[in-house]
Amino acid sequence: MSEASLAAGIDAEGWSCPLPLRHQDKVVMGHGGGGQLSGELIQHLFLASFGAAARSATPTDSYVMDLGNGTRLAFSTDTYVVRPLFFPGGNIGELAVNGTVNDVAMSGARPLVLSTGFVLEEGLAMDVLGRIATSMGAAALRAGVQLVTGDTKVVEQGHGDGVYINTAGIGVIPEGVDIRPDRARPGDVVIISGPIGLHGIAVLSVREGLEFGTELRSDTAALNGLVAAMLGASTDVHVLRDPTRGGLGASLCEIAETAGVGIEFEERSIPVPDEVRAACGFLGLDALHVANEGKLVAIVPPEVADAVLAAMMATTEGRDATVIGRITDSHPGLVVARTGLGATRVVDRPLGEQLPRIC
Amino acid sequence: MCLGVPGKVLEIRADRGTRMATVDFGGVTKSVCLAYVPEVEVGDYTIVHAGFAITKLDEKSALETLRMFAEIGLLDELSADPAASETTR
Amino acid sequence: MKYLDEFNDPVLARALFEQIDAAATKQWAVMEVCGGQTHSIIRNGIDQLLTDKVELIHGPGCPVCVTPLEMIDRALAIASRPEVIFCSFGDMLRVPGSHCDLFSVKADGGDVRVVYSPLDAVNLAEQHPDKEVVFFGIGFETTAPANAMAVFQARERGLANFSMLVSHVLVPPAIEALMSSPVSRVNGFLAAGHVCTVMGTWQYEPLAAQYEVPIVITGFEPLDVLDGIRRCVLQLEAGRHEVENAYPRAVSPEGNRPAQAMLASVFEVCDRQWRGIGMIPSSGWRLSAAFADFDAERRFDVGTLVVDEPERCRAGDVLQGLIKPDQCECFGNECTPRTPMGATMVSSEGACAAYYLYRRLAVAGRGGT
Repeated sequence: MSEASLAAGIDAEGWSCPLPLRHQDKVVMGHGGGGQLSGELIQHLFLASFGAAARSATPTDSYVMDLGNGTRLAFSTDTYVVRPLFFPGGNIGELAVNGTVNDVAMSGARPLVLSTGFVLEEGLAMDVLGRIATSMGAAALRAGVQLVTGDTKVVEQGHGDGVYINTAGIGVIPEGVDIRPDRARPGDVVIISGPIGLHGIAVLSVREGLEFGTELRSDTAALNGLVAAMLGASTDVHVLRDPTRGGLGASLCEIAETAGVGIEFEERSIPVPDEVRAACGFLGLDALHVANEGKLVAIVPPEVADAVLAAMMATTEGRDATVIGRITDSHPGLVVARTGLGATRVVDRPLGEQLPRIC
Repeated sequence: MCLGVPGKVLEIRADRGTRMATVDFGGVTKSVCLAYVPEVEVGDYTIVHAGFAITKLDEKSALETLRMFAEIGLLDELSADPAASETTR
Repeated sequence: MKYLDEFNDPVLARALFEQIDAAATKQWAVMEVCGGQTHSIIRNGIDQLLTDKVELIHGPGCPVCVTPLEMIDRALAIASRPEVIFCSFGDMLRVPGSHCDLFSVKADGGDVRVVYSPLDAVNLAEQHPDKEVVFFGIGFETTAPANAMAVFQARERGLANFSMLVSHVLVPPAIEALMSSPVSRVNGFLAAGHVCTVMGTWQYEPLAAQYEVPIVITGFEPLDVLDGIRRCVLQLEAGRHEVENAYPRAVSPEGNRPAQAMLASVFEVCDRQWRGIGMIPSSGWRLSAAFADFDAERRFDVGTLVVDEPERCRAGDVLQGLIKPDQCECFGNECTPRTPMGATMVSSEGACAAYYLYRRLAVAGRGGT
């Protein structure tokens, strides 16, 4: 990449749209939403700009490194900018630990250690930071990982939203385990580990301008124990994904596109708690696009599905696991849902942030 | 333009002279303005749009409508023959 | 959810599909003029399962799609001002103006906030006396009472820093404009249930009589929409053209009187541009003289707005049911949900956005790319 094009920032030729009517010369909130815009930012700006230094563009939760001596490591990072910092069921600290533990576990790895990077806003109350840090320690202990290294920076008041946390994690992948999106095969079974939409709705319920009453709490949880139990039943799990931003819909779309397979499911088989349904109802949201922080999607060959499902249901995090659909060779790259009435509709990624609507 | 959802009124209060209610949408509650539905009382169902109750939901009418659908369903079952049930898809 | 789930029953829905198929002996075109109904139709796949004898035309019922470009540009200009907190329903955030949208204004440092209710904007005005709080008051008659109350409350509470940018549109004049067009193909209408909850059903009587079209007041859940279509088809087959209420649990002939009283006080009728269609006389509401102080259009001088609508965008033809989205040459090429040219590709119930998803499935089914 020439210096000039790096300075320009955007590889205009990378854009897939032949007539960009609104080419974005600024970052917008949607770029962080986990939907199509985020994906494009990664593909057309970051990976394009990193050039030869960037590895393949497969969008997986974590990167797998083969050390060549029989050891494979999974490495992942994530940054947490959630507002509000505290929400029903947790806070940004727990999210930061569980989120990266889960990213590492989605490669089938046993997470070992996490780093923690803090960007603190000048003026943040010490006891707020203390509560967050205490939660992080507790979450790490529950997940069986160590917080081993970190960094702290402070930015001027008005520039930080309280606190931003980055965590990076490393884990070891057991032998015989090969989990990545392109392993999905027609005939495979799609399993969700439990009910969807809890985290996103819990956070929205305390968002300014929306506040609504609910008993719902975020489902933030470390899933490495669940993954270990599943791999104990069979090492032949093909795909694991935790549907965070963008929800179950976005995750299924990413898998379908990466693997070049079709995914089919029955809307009625997706477990959605009544309260999530009710909140989505009056806000005009689609539960499929609401974030989760303690769930995973698993794609497994049909011959091991029963065993894996049984192993999941024997754990706390996976007690409500259920089959929701299958992988097909029709409509490759597309996710198709059968509606309650029996019609089919294509499920797309949300474009950016999920916003309440009146229409 | 019309995302209006039915909910049940749990409690009513005055807020700066305006009649407000806590409405239950099936486990999730929201504060709703009742200024346009003076006849609505606690226990009633109402349709809510953009934070406002726009009508009392006529429960009797709702049940009648459902009964009518059920009758259509029966009618349909009675008149259906195997060929007819393969409707246009 | 009570009074919602029961109206989603798939077994009863199937019976209604079959009744409609049995009733229709010829081709009929039925138009719904309500974004919420369009959304329900597409979301549940009703048009997919409906007999081919009944064609559903998605009319200009989405206020997001029809808000005039000049008004969007005005909103963007106001939202860009440093002293303004600009509040809007979520629907409007991605609608393209001539050069950008509210999301990009936010990216440039504008304080743009999504609210669930216009009253939230009034509360913001109270909490931020040093700022100008402006609410984007769009919508059909369903939303107007909420917007009216917000302005009324602002005046009652003496909130001089609150104003509303009003762009309300009315359904009956739109139906009139559609039916007066020589190229109209519409045989019958589904009227928007919640619009009628507010306004009653009497406005539709003269339209049904003059244009000899059945107008069925319809709800939003699958069974409600199917019942609306069924009654419309039955009328068409029998040669009747009446106003019929298929949503009696929420609609009465006289509508909501307290709401109408507030509307009469806060708003007055005006001509309105409908994006993609043009000017429809007496088809909108603006703030009345008594509330002129709260009119953001008067309060903020944004200079002359030069409106720049992509010439090749045919959203208007789609809204009037003259073409299907995939008959537009931009469809799927320059114009996609990620790079929309017109509002019908942006809105979740815009016909173009809906077709875009279906088309991908149809193309995939044929084994194409």
